[in-house]
Amino acid sequence: MSVTPAIELRGIVKRFPGVVANDDVNLTVLPGEVHAIVGENGAGKSTLMKILYGMQRPDEGEIKVNGAAVAFRSPKDAIAAGIGMVHQHFMLAGNLTVLENVILGAEPSRMGRLDLSEARWRIDLMGAQHHATLDADRLVDSLSVGEKQRVEILKVLYRGAKLLILDEPTGVLVPQEVEELFATLRELTAQGVTIVFISHKLHEVLAIADRVTVMRDGTTVTTVQAADVTAAQLAEYMVGSELPSPSTRTTQATEAVELAVEGLGVRGPGERWLVRDVSLQVRRGEIVGIAGVEGNGQAELVEALLGLRRPDTGTVSLGQRDITAWSTRRRREAGIGYVPEDRHARGLLLAAPVWENVMLGRQGAEPFARRGWLRLRAAKAFAAEVLRRFDVRAPDANVPAFALSGGNQQKLIMGREIMGEPQLLVAAHPTRGVDVGAQAAIWEEIRRARDAGLAVLLVSADLDEIIGLSDRLFVMFGGRLVAELDPDDVTPQVLGTHMTGGRQGAA
Amino acid sequence: MKARALIPGAVRVLAPVLAVAVALGVSALALLAIGESPVATFSAMLRYAARLDSVVSILNRAIPLFLSGLAVAVGFRTGLFNIGVEGQYRLAALVAAWAGALVVLPAGVHLVVVVAIGMAVGALWAGLAGLLKVWRGVHEVISTIMLNFVATGLAAYLLAEHFREQAVAGDLQIKTAELPASALMPTLNWALRALGLELRRGSHLQGFLLVCVLAGLGFWLLLSRTRFGFDLRASGLNPEAARASGVDQRRMVVATMLLSGAFAGLVGASQLVGFFHRYTIDFPQGLGFAGIAVALLGRNNPVGIALAALLFGFLDRSAQILDLEDVPKEITTIIQGVIILAVVIAGQIAWRVARRRQAVAVSEQVRRQEAAA
Repeated sequence: MSVTPAIELRGIVKRFPGVVANDDVNLTVLPGEVHAIVGENGAGKSTLMKILYGMQRPDEGEIKVNGAAVAFRSPKDAIAAGIGMVHQHFMLAGNLTVLENVILGAEPSRMGRLDLSEARWRIDLMGAQHHATLDADRLVDSLSVGEKQRVEILKVLYRGAKLLILDEPTGVLVPQEVEELFATLRELTAQGVTIVFISHKLHEVLAIADRVTVMRDGTTVTTVQAADVTAAQLAEYMVGSELPSPSTRTTQATEAVELAVEGLGVRGPGERWLVRDVSLQVRRGEIVGIAGVEGNGQAELVEALLGLRRPDTGTVSLGQRDITAWSTRRRREAGIGYVPEDRHARGLLLAAPVWENVMLGRQGAEPFARRGWLRLRAAKAFAAEVLRRFDVRAPDANVPAFALSGGNQQKLIMGREIMGEPQLLVAAHPTRGVDVGAQAAIWEEIRRARDAGLAVLLVSADLDEIIGLSDRLFVMFGGRLVAELDPDDVTPQVLGTHMTGGRQGAA
Repeated sequence: MKARALIPGAVRVLAPVLAVAVALGVSALALLAIGESPVATFSAMLRYAARLDSVVSILNRAIPLFLSGLAVAVGFRTGLFNIGVEGQYRLAALVAAWAGALVVLPAGVHLVVVVAIGMAVGALWAGLAGLLKVWRGVHEVISTIMLNFVATGLAAYLLAEHFREQAVAGDLQIKTAELPASALMPTLNWALRALGLELRRGSHLQGFLLVCVLAGLGFWLLLSRTRFGFDLRASGLNPEAARASGVDQRRMVVATMLLSGAFAGLVGASQLVGFFHRYTIDFPQGLGFAGIAVALLGRNNPVGIALAALLFGFLDRSAQILDLEDVPKEITTIIQGVIILAVVIAGQIAWRVARRRQAVAVSEQVRRQEAAA
């Protein structure tokens, strides 16, 4: 025996209805390494992490931490064993300070009274050690995304974690912030902290990890040294075959303007402009992309386009008609398709069958309704067509939407919207959380619809997606469109610069 | 047809059946604890309920419970909790009774007008809660509860000061004038007679039973076959998705409360034109609250609500025999109470089981299809 692994998983099996279960998962994480776990969405990464962090108990198999077998019943047990988790979605209280957030739930006390000085000292020390200096008294709401993530990391370290699980930590960061995160991680490993890094961004994985474990279909496929492998090889392990090469772009854009936005402004609470003076046009047969870090007004822009939010300034026109004052229903029936960024929250009636879900958005219009009466037969026929054409894996259209996997739910929404033959498709993060196969299929369908003359407004934080699909590309920052770029010769670095406010000068 | 097998209809039925079974079990324990035989008690209740006049009585009792259940269920399907059916139907009955006694109309028309007035008053009173929610963000649970008290007070004031029939000397009862025969609902005794069944004198099968059938049918048609019903259900299942699909949530809230209140108005009307013929201070109370239990037990669908209303009608009726058997009739209250608790819990469990089993079934079927392909 050379080194005792920090974590050792042997033969983990987790049966979990509806999603890919973990089946014979084996993982060895050495102390002080950055160990990446890659795989498509739905390959079993999240289940594995939940098992590691005590949120779920495996049905079979063995977990060893520092050589000793453990059986976590809750995250509390995992924390006690020195395992900490930094979630993809931050779990911070915005109206508390950094200090208060870090100690929340593990408040140091002396004789029953809160002892902040002790905590402050420890946080400053940790910050200094890890080059993650943060003003402990700042409100978390005032921090940038990258800083918030650092608070999450501090929080976990404060609880004595020796092993950090980072779940898709770079998803919300711009390239510069990713660099900073990686510096912090290297600092941590130098001091003996072990990192488990979950991602599907292969270049990042190769940049930070010492070793990489690939998951596919719920099982661990292989573990390799990051230095010995290329991104293409990793991708092959992940999908089990060659990746499709990026398609060549042929612009079909016509002169007919389908969507025209003029000087659109949306004010949030407290007079703050969430969207400010946005003007853009989308023509028939083109995809206009809006890149940007989330929270820079994209969501509000989309809501204003759909009539879900009243703009404070400006106009929106569809074709020749000014639709600024129209209701959501009128807009949708006039031909605006909508792929919402959160399919569970906005896109589906999970408890309702697939054939009812395909009506959603056009339930008042032909062919689904006539004089206020639903036409179930039309809905069922349409649903069957969506399932077939968009390769939605479901036994038939009578199953409820919740029974479908995430990728298939997204394909269902995509199919419903595109086959509804809209004039304009507003798609927000259309492939978020879907596997590589479904992603390629969705991209292909968007392209095909574009080629057939559809006008598409694409909002995405996924740079591959936004660069790969867009015919024209805007960057949104602080509620404004700050740059228009040519997707053919833009680099992630240039894009990242604009996405953070053009700190290095506009192109 | 294979898909039918995937939708575990059994599970949908399972929860209420389980709840009733648990309630019977708990009641049996209660009976044992006071030294009575559960078997003897339950069989006495069943025997008593099987008599013709009991069956008629159960049906009559189920009428307002069913309508009240529909009123609550409409709200539930949109994601609104109308606790105010109680106040809505009582105010509706009072105003309909007063207005109905004022006008002279041909038979039938008069009846329809009285019922319509009841529905309109119920709708307006419930609509108030809808408007409060839309305009001021007042939660409907709070406003409908409060409006129950307001309705009670308002009804008492209107009855005593304005709608009261000028009493004959010696008659101290506070009541509205009696509705003329043209406003009364004919009984269904002729139908029983046609079946060769003869009721005791003074006992009737209420004609409002037919209205219930129509109301149930209308409820089902509206919800599952119309765009409005789709919007309503979508709002209940996922308000955000409904909004994104173009449903105007504010309009939906108001429309649902109006609809719910109209059903509540039917509750009051059924008792008015079918039995009491006037509004008195003894007008039945508690039907609105019972409707919540009926809707819960019936899982918000008309067939379930009908069965639940019949069950509650049975418990009410069969409780009457218990006094003669020297068993405290409160045992039926225990049964009703435990049913309500159990149905909520069992409903949750059954839903989770159904969801899980269905997800497994679908993923397995997909896997099989892919293996075959």
